Formats: sequence, C-alpha cells, structure tokens
Amino acid sequence: MPIELDPKVPAGPLEDKWDEHKFSIRLVNPANKRKYRIIVVGTGLAGASAAASFGELGYNVDVFTYHDSPRRAHSIAAQGGINAAKNYQNDGDSVFRLFYDTIKGGDYRSREANVYRLAQVSLNIIDQAVAQGVPFAREYGGLLDNRSFGGAQVSRTFYARGQTGQQLLLGAYQALMRQVHAGTVTLHTRKEMLDLVTKDGRAVGIIVRDLTTGEITSHSAHAVVLATGGYANVYYLSTNAMNCNATAIWRAHKKGAAFANPCFTQIHPTCIPQSDEFQSKLTLMSESLRNDGRIWVPKNPGDDRPPNEIPEDERDYYLERMYPAFGNLVPRDVASRAAKRMVDSGHGVGPRHNGVYLDFADAIARLGKHVIEERYGNLFEMYERITDENPYEVPMRIYPAPHYTMGGLWVDYNLMTTIPGLFAIGEANFSDHGANRLGASALMQGLADGYFVLPYTIGDYLADYLNTDPVPTDDPAFTEARNAVEDQIARFLQSRGTRTVDHYHRELGRILWDYCGMSRSAEGLQKALSEIPALYEEFKTDVRVLGENETVNQSLEKAGRVDDFFQLGLLMCIDALQREESCGAHFREEYQTPEGEALRRDDEFSYVSAWEWTGAEPVLHREPLTFEFVTPTTRSYK
Amino acid sequence: MNITLQVWRQAKPSSPGGFKTYLVEDVSPDMSFLEMLDVLNERLVLQGEEPITFESDCREGICGACGVMINGLPHGPQLGTATCQLHMRKFSDGDTITVEPWRAAAFPVVKDLMVDRSAFDRIIEAGGYISVNTGSPPDANEIPVPKPVADTAFDAAACIGCGACVAACPNGAANLFTAAKVAHLNLLPQGQPERWDRVVAMVDTMEEFFGSCTNHGECEKACPKSISIDFIALLNHDYVKAKFKNRRLVAQQG
Ligand SMILES: Cc1cc2nc3c(=O)[nH]c(=O)nc-3n(C[C@H](O)[C@H](O)[C@H](O)COP(=O)(O)OP(=O)(O)OC[C@H]3O[C@@H](n4cnc5c(N)ncnc54)[C@H](O)[C@@H]3O)c2cc1C
Ligand code: FES
Repeated sequence: MPIELDPKVPAGPLEDKWDEHKFSIRLVNPANKRKYRIIVVGTGLAGASAAASFGELGYNVDVFTYHDSPRRAHSIAAQGGINAAKNYQNDGDSVFRLFYDTIKGGDYRSREANVYRLAQVSLNIIDQAVAQGVPFAREYGGLLDNRSFGGAQVSRTFYARGQTGQQLLLGAYQALMRQVHAGTVTLHTRKEMLDLVTKDGRAVGIIVRDLTTGEITSHSAHAVVLATGGYANVYYLSTNAMNCNATAIWRAHKKGAAFANPCFTQIHPTCIPQSDEFQSKLTLMSESLRNDGRIWVPKNPGDDRPPNEIPEDERDYYLERMYPAFGNLVPRDVASRAAKRMVDSGHGVGPRHNGVYLDFADAIARLGKHVIEERYGNLFEMYERITDENPYEVPMRIYPAPHYTMGGLWVDYNLMTTIPGLFAIGEANFSDHGANRLGASALMQGLADGYFVLPYTIGDYLADYLNTDPVPTDDPAFTEARNAVEDQIARFLQSRGTRTVDHYHRELGRILWDYCGMSRSAEGLQKALSEIPALYEEFKTDVRVLGENETVNQSLEKAGRVDDFFQLGLLMCIDALQREESCGAHFREEYQTPEGEALRRDDEFSYVSAWEWTGAEPVLHREPLTFEFVTPTTRSYK
Repeated sequence: MNITLQVWRQAKPSSPGGFKTYLVEDVSPDMSFLEMLDVLNERLVLQGEEPITFESDCREGICGACGVMINGLPHGPQLGTATCQLHMRKFSDGDTITVEPWRAAAFPVVKDLMVDRSAFDRIIEAGGYISVNTGSPPDANEIPVPKPVADTAFDAAACIGCGACVAACPNGAANLFTAAKVAHLNLLPQGQPERWDRVVAMVDTMEEFFGSCTNHGECEKACPKSISIDFIALLNHDYVKAKFKNRRLVAQQG
C-alpha cells in the first residue's frame, strides 16, 4: 500500500485543538473495552504508563519486554528531571512558554499541535506521579521543588535527586503490576519482538522469541503499540543501556511504517570521554553540571601540562568567549559542536586528547566545597569511580556522546503510524522534539503519550473493530512472518564466520560517528554510503555466532539487532544527505553562517522526512510543517 | 594486569554446572569488571568457545540487571557499588577471582551467571503500589510532604531490585527488598490508605518464595545502594500492627 501522510491535526485555535479532538473522536464504551486485545511492546515510561492505563480502562493487554522485569527499561537511567509548565515557582512559566521553548529548541522541525498538547498534559503528569508516590524533591514547607535545566529561563524541572527516571519508572511499573494483579494485563518478560504481523495493510500481531528457550510464538490483537525506545546504540558507543536497539521499529518499518527524520540524533555534550578500545558504553554526566562548571581547553594545541599548572591567560573558556549571553549554558547541540571543534583543532585534553575540561575551581572558591558537594556530590562520586580522578581537585574531562534519537516511526496526531492499528509512543516515535530535544522533556513526552494521549486516541481506531475477533495466529500472515524469523536465526547460527558481532557493531559505529555524527558533509556521507554496504556484506557472511537457539544466546540476540542497525545506519546517512541544511542536531558543514552556526533553510526544508521501505532505494515522503502560532527565527545564543 | 578467573558455567537450568578457569591477559586497570568479561567473551568466541552469559544493561548502577558473586561477595569488594561500577583497579596483577551467580533458592540459575529474579515482581504485584488510576489525582501541591519524610521515603525507594540482599543472606530472605518498597510507600501520606493491607499482602507473598529473616545484617552490606536495615524494623512493626488491626476488625465483624 502506498504511504500517505495525513497528520490528522485538528483545526481550530491552538489551545482548543486537543479538547475539540477528544470530543470529536470516537470512544469505546466501558462495557465494550474488555472485548478488545491490545499488545504493548516495551515497559519503559511510555510502554508501562500506556499498558497500565489501558488496563485500568478495562482493555485486555499483553505487554512484552526483553528484560527480566519491566522495571529495568532504559528509562530507569534518566537522571536530570522532567519538565512541566506548573509555574509553581511563579517565574512566568506557562503552557505557551513550554510549547514555545520546545518548538524553538527543536529548531522549528516539529508539529505545533503535538507540541502544544505535550505542554498541556505536562501538568497532569506531575499530579499523576505524585499521587503514585514518586518522591520528587521538596522544599522545607513540604511543597515541590524545581530547578532550571538545559538553559531554560524558568525553573520548571521536577526532579528526584539524580534518579528522576528511576522514580518515575518505578511509579509506572507499580501501576502496571497493579493491573497484572487485577488480571487486565498479562506480562511477558524475556520476550523479544522480532516481527510485526500485518494483514490487509493493518497491524494484527507480533512474532516473539523467548530469550531463555528460543521458542518462537505468535500473538494477535486488535492493535499493536510499540514503546521500544530509541536507537542511539547504532553508534555502538552511546549513553544508552547496552541492550537498547531498533529492532522492533525497524522491522515495523519494513512492514510499511514510515520512518521519520532518522538522521536527527542528539549528541550530549557532557559525557566521560572514552578511556580505551574495549569501552562498552559512555557515561553521561548530568547537564546540570554546566550550571556551575566552566568549560575550557588550553590555548596552545598539544599543551600536556596538568590542568592546574596551566595559567589563566593560557586557557580558552571558549563557550564564554563565543556565546557571551548564554556562556556555558548554550543548548546541547551548540555545546557539543564547539567541543568537537576544539578537539579536532588539537586542543583536546587527557591521555587520549579526546576531551575538554569542565572546571569547578571557581565555583568551589565562590560557594564553598560543601555547596558543590550538596549539588553534585553523587555525580562527582560517579565520575571518580570511573576515572579515578577527584573532580574537587582536578577539572572533569568531558566529551560529547550519542544520547537520544529524535527520529523514529512517523505518527499522526493520534500517535498512529502509517500502518493502521500500529501505534508508536515514547522515544520510538519521531516525536515532538523536532531536530533537537531539550533537557528533561523525553520523560515528559513518554509519559504524556502513555498516560494521557494514547489511551484516548486508540479508541478512535478500535471503534471500527467492535465484535470482531483478532486474526487467529494460524493465519498465513502469522506463519509467513514466523518462518522469516526462524530463517534468520538459522542463518546466523549456520554462518560460523570469523569475527564477533561486537566487532561489526564497533566498526559500523565508527563509520556513523565519523560521517553521520556531530557534523556531516556530502562528501563524508557519500563515503559512509559506500563503506556501510561493504561492511554489511562482510557481516552477513563472516559473523560468528556460537551456541544454539534453545538456551540463552546473547550473541544471537545481538546479531539480529546489529543486522537492523546496518540497515538503519544506511537510512540515517541517506536522510542526512538529502537534508541540505543545518538544523538542531543535524549540522551540515556546507550550510553554516560565517560564524559557524547552523544555517536553516526553511524555504526548502521545513518538512518532516518520512521514508518508505521498498527493499531497494527508500522513497522519501514529505510532511510539510506550517507555523501558524510561532514564527521561525534563527536561534541565537550570543 | 593478568587475572585468573574461576567462572561458574552452567548450560541450562537443569544441567549441573561447574567452575572453569580462564586466564585474562592485558587487563587495563581502567576497565570495568564487566568490560573485562566482555574482552574475555570476545576472545572465547574467536577461540570457538561459547561466551559467558551474564546480565547487564545500564552499566551505571541503576537498572539492577547486573550482579554476580565476586570472591563470595555480592557485587564484589567495593561497598555501595554494583558489579557494573566496579573497576579492575580494585584488583591486583596476578589475582585469582571467583565469579558465581547469585545463590538463592528463589533465584534459579538460567544459564552461567544469569538467574531468574521474577519472584521480586510477584512481591510488587501483591501490593507494592498506590492504587490510583490515571487521570484521577488532585493537583500535586495539594499533598504537601514534609521534606524529611520525602527524603527518608526516597532513601528506601532507591532500591534497584538487583537481588544482592537475597544473595548475601544466609537464609535467602528478601526482607530488605520488601522493606524498602513497603517503607517507601508506607511513609508517604499518599500511601496511608492501603498501608496495612499492603504490608500484609507483600510479606505473605514474600514468604511464599523466600527464606526468613533472622537479622544477620549481611543484606545491608551487600546493597549497592546502601539501603539501611532500619527499614526492616519498620516492615516488622507495620506487619505486626496490621495483623493486630485485622484481628480486631474480624472480631468486630464476628
Ligand atoms: C543516561 C540518560 C539520561 C537521561 N536523562 C534524561 C532526563 O533527565 N530527562 C529526560 O527527559 N530524558 C532523559 N533521557 C532520555 C529518556 O530517558 C528516554 O528518552 C526515555 O526514557 C525513553 O523511554 P521509552 O519508554 O520510550 O523507552 P525505554 O525506556 O528505552 O524502554 C524501551 C522498552 O522497550 C523494550 N523493548 C525494546 N525493543 C523490544 C523488543 N524488540 N521486544 C520486546 N521489548 C522491547 C525494552 O525492554 C524496554 O522495556 C536520558 C537518557 C539517557 C540515556
Ligand atoms: S548494569 Fe544496570 S545496575 Fe549494573
């Protein structure tokens, strides 16, 4: 079926769109909800909140995760906080301001209506989380505390020490387990979705592998929801958890779901630099550190003196120099690119010359060590554990790392993909963050989708299927998908090549990082587009997967994920190549201002790119973005 | 550094399993313990031997997926540290390190160093939540929580569900895990309506799977989040009180 992009954005004033929409879409009456079966894949903030809410409403829910418990989803690792336009601090925040900041932060590459709705429901999320017992930080009077985050000019970030994601996920997990207890939700742990099943163009179920026994099973439902997270691990080294992958959304893409903005990947400026070849992942140091730390490099390239011996006048506080208004608090993409420029021009620090300094000496002198300890104690401890250096005495070393993916499955205002009956929520969809996500807004979006948007909008789709049974799992559509999955597993186990899965993943990651990372050029992307297919061919014949299908086989699991990363990596480069402009996290070297800032080209590129899988050259569809309520301007942080 | 590892290998739940010795050469002190296992695994694959199965995900000490016995200690020698946060600089060149899965009746071995911890989910399912449907709550600031209460609840809520407490306990008890969740919810104003039912349901379910607590205190030392055993006292207090209350209610009705 040819892809048609109908965003289904309701007409009317911005503030009323969501209310009007909720009123105009069809509902499923309470007594009929139990006649429906919904599959949710993923138990992160998005999946757990959606599954719990569906269960409460009375739907029959099957929820799947490859983890041993829903509580382990990658959302657990989010540190900094979650935004909401509560204006509890009386500092001028409002739904409109949060909306505006998000649209601007995303460099005008997101849909106004979706972002406004996100800002609206942000209020409900905090209420919901507090009622569940999420222990957010409090003031002495017992009311909720906030902080400013990621350069926002208001304090709208709610946080729970450095473990906001953990506490929010535990809240959603507990709500989910309550529904498991109530019998509305059936939990399937250590089960990996390996394919989406479609029939007559609709999503009707999934194929799943049991990670402990290798058993392949088919599951059918009236609707399928993917809440499977982001794909930053395509770069091999990222801040994501080891197992994060793109398999669920990629295989859905190959079944007809358009993939939007794949090249919009966020590189986070404050991570601990790589220390050796064997490093398995990179560790994020919360962005909040930039509130008090000063970023600098030695003025002289290759200056290997210990940092404390480099005198003031031989240091370049380059962010303060280049962006006097925002200084060290410029947005993530700007800070990351500046660090890369410093390292590329020979000013990198540390044993591998692959970092820049984040220095707290001034803050300690000004505020006292105890204040810094109170604010960042746990982060400093984490840093020291990893590097064996004491950041109270020597400056931290930081460098950007892949962190979050704004791209994902294209969805309409109802969060439905281009396959009817298939929905995508959380980081898995192409989301509300445009070309760059602001700090503390991924948690907000995941929970908005799961608690407050999809539980309404899914009804509009389901209403058509009242009193119909899900497609039986012995239908040829299921058998065919199952066979394909089994064939792939058999191929990996038979190939017995000479190199490990990780070897290929590392090599792929290196190509993507070099040519489709923090900055991109036509020349580099072309290079990647010739190197990736060659490496992929080698992978297919030369990868070595030992062991069997019938017991836990982590190399086998990973082989399938890396296979998908190869295909996705290619699409990222194709997307980056066609977008001949710089916007947000996507920086094309050919399109920059004389000062080296991103040069957006609204006349030609104010659209969402949505790719259709064809098996050969992917086909580009464009969803034009129109701005009725804000006027796109050039972001300036000078 | 050169390290000798004695690693528990077990092909599947029903096979016997046993230790196997590996020499890992050229270990960098900056590697994490799990990166050292990654390196060994890559070498094993190249030599044609199946890699060692172990669990990990975040590698930042927060998801609770990792966890092995290192020289007989859950998560190894460093206090308040999960396996994934342990670095090789805590060991010396020439060391022999024994690596085993959690040992507890309630956590059967799945393969090598991987165990099944789903009994923890059963405890949460029994009552480890506040019953509030999506969309029904009042404004967040209508429920003030005194800061010290919120802070103590947080200390308990920091549990990552890794299972080290159970692995450390000579009786294989899960009281620290259960107490942490009960304390988190029972201390907060939002948790009061279900306080007594919650503790009874969770403790009774815990006892179906796990051994009994006899106050050894090993769990607190093993906990990567240093959760205090004082919460077990709160658990016991609430449990006894709940049982008493229930008896009184039964008597009134009866
Ligand atoms: C270190 C770090 C810190 C962060 N800090 C913040 C922050 O402070 N504030 C903020 O707003 N955002 C933050 N983020 C971003 C945010 O955490 C994520 O974007 C968000 O949690 C994603 O949630 P999710 O529910 O979409 O997916 P996830 O939490 O990634 O969950 C994915 C789920 O899908 C399951 N799954 C995936 N594929 C399959 C499959 N094929 N079969 C079965 N199950 C599958 C997994 O088991 C898991 O349950 C941070 C991210 C990182 C990496
Ligand atoms: S891997 Fe997540 S806690 Fe160790």
